[in-house]
Amino acid sequence: MAERGEARTLFRKVWDAHLVRPETADTPAVLYIDLHLVHEVTSPQAFSTLRERGLRVRRPERTLATMDHSIPTLPRDGAGRWPFVDAQAEAQVRQLEKNAVDFGFELHGLGDEAQGVVHVFGPEMGATQPGMTVVCGDSHTATHGAFGALAFGIGTSEVGHVLATQCLLQRRPRTLAVRVEGRLGAGVSAKDLVLAIIARLGVGGGTGQVIEYLGPAVRSLSMEGRMTVCNMSIEAGARAGLIAPDDTTFQWLSGRPRTPRGRDLEAALARWRALGSDEGASYDREVTVDASAVAPWITFGTNPGQGIPVDGRVPDPAREADPAARGTLEAALRYMGLRPGQALLGQKVDAVFIGSCTNGRLEDMREAARAMKGRKVKVRTLVVPGSHRVKKAAEAEGLDRVFREAGAEWREPGCSMCIAMNGDDLRPGQYCVSTSNRNFEGRQGAGGRTLLASPLTAAVAAVAGAVADPRRAAEGA
Amino acid sequence: MEPVRIIRSRTLVLPRENVDTDQIIPARFLKTTDRRGLGKALFSDWRYDAAGAPRPDFVLNRPEAAGCRILVAGDNFGCGSSREHAPWALVDHGFQAVISTRIADIFRGNSLKNGLLPVVLDAQSHARLLAAPGAEVTVDLEAQTVSLPGGGTAAFTVDAFSRHCLLNGVDELGFLLSQEKAIAAYEGAR
Repeated sequence: MAERGEARTLFRKVWDAHLVRPETADTPAVLYIDLHLVHEVTSPQAFSTLRERGLRVRRPERTLATMDHSIPTLPRDGAGRWPFVDAQAEAQVRQLEKNAVDFGFELHGLGDEAQGVVHVFGPEMGATQPGMTVVCGDSHTATHGAFGALAFGIGTSEVGHVLATQCLLQRRPRTLAVRVEGRLGAGVSAKDLVLAIIARLGVGGGTGQVIEYLGPAVRSLSMEGRMTVCNMSIEAGARAGLIAPDDTTFQWLSGRPRTPRGRDLEAALARWRALGSDEGASYDREVTVDASAVAPWITFGTNPGQGIPVDGRVPDPAREADPAARGTLEAALRYMGLRPGQALLGQKVDAVFIGSCTNGRLEDMREAARAMKGRKVKVRTLVVPGSHRVKKAAEAEGLDRVFREAGAEWREPGCSMCIAMNGDDLRPGQYCVSTSNRNFEGRQGAGGRTLLASPLTAAVAAVAGAVADPRRAAEGA
Repeated sequence: MEPVRIIRSRTLVLPRENVDTDQIIPARFLKTTDRRGLGKALFSDWRYDAAGAPRPDFVLNRPEAAGCRILVAGDNFGCGSSREHAPWALVDHGFQAVISTRIADIFRGNSLKNGLLPVVLDAQSHARLLAAPGAEVTVDLEAQTVSLPGGGTAAFTVDAFSRHCLLNGVDELGFLLSQEKAIAAYEGAR
């Protein structure tokens, strides 16, 4: 525990408040988990462990489930059946339904109006709240850090640990402050900012660390933008990413199904306002980024750190002094079919994907619609809302019509082409500008080539059929 | 879980950096509800062509790869997704240790829970292993050392608790369950 009166970071305050047992040289800390989000892909084997050992879910009311990874994003067929990609995907979904009944926790499954991508769903439910510890068997759990929660991804064994004990064994990670000064320019979004930060830190640069994002450019982000930034903390290798809660957070949470009301809300607000890092709190490491220097960003390689400004040129491996780094870059360019020194502007693409836990929220849909309105897409374009709430809200604003009239597909909520488990995927060799979070080899389908970018950049690429500069669209709009 | 103490084996060297868990096991294999039998999907897209035939140039397909229980890979191994299917696939294939200069957090934690020993070495020792594919190497968890090709050893550290669990073949869940009183007291005091 921190000493009395010591200036503490946001992370440290949340960590200290959840210690069932502090760590010692011999044993990790026993950390209490407030909210456990569950989905169909990483949970079945954990429930098998519970059954094998005769254990129950210790706190069903702290366990909240939805489905997203392996589900179809097309509606039911005429006979009322969901068009699952195969029997295995359907069996996985049915297994989660059975587990929810057998173990007695809340599930918002297929067809439920609250269903969505788990990291869009949790905040929308008001389940994610400032100061909480939140885990999920999914590395993008860091998303929930946007609310000032300590949120991180865990493996299936740990899913079992939390189900059985509501606790995890953890060593305290180090802290990294990323201070973002200045303000983002026109046509530059939270996605561009976080991609630029990852390029700076490197794809493994945050390993063993929890990032706190600070500074005026972070403060001025909407909750959607903050979730986008925290979501991709893992792409720099970080355990988690946090942003101190403020009025933007409290307003966003207001009136959600699980957000406290009345007197409870007043008490919660008093606690939440005290969560921000204290004046003079120190971090293990600090990095400063100038937001005004961040351009619309796009990746050219096979990890999220391999990105450049959209009007930049693909780096030349010959200029890499370190042989390992040179080999990594060469392998990436070979896979991507790109040449050293070439511009990405004008690079033809075969598909565009707009959605995911990174960019599947209402604000993202609005950004994409802004660039597609009154225009036609030249390539296959999938627009996949992050949840039914997002879908409904977007439809209420007529965004679905904008997408359909532009020739894009307006789908049902799910992870879709971010992870390509459900049949939404690329053919080998195809290029896709994608608002998702990973450009790993084959991530969007074996042999597929992913260029990560913002919703605006993705939408202008859909209209141009090639990589294009979103700043022109932003000016023209 | 079987206790892990000493692993002696020839090394399989995969000299790539940032090997992400999507490469270790692509997402389409994650629709299973079982944790067994995933070894056949290990490194699937590097190992097999589109028709499912083994690619002869991939290290895992070479005859000398048979029986290798120690994987030596480039920096930042196991980055990306939290899928525990990655260590399940490695273990099912027969690997017992992974050596790199950096191992991603979630993958490291998942490996420790499945008897797969994550070993982080200094760059120099790691370079010696990378330069000697197929070298006969001993990883000693008790002493926390790796023998190096050409002589000498390199030291590594594994968290004391994880080491205890591996050496004794016990899992963490048992320890957590034994904390029931403390957990209940914590909940009562909130």
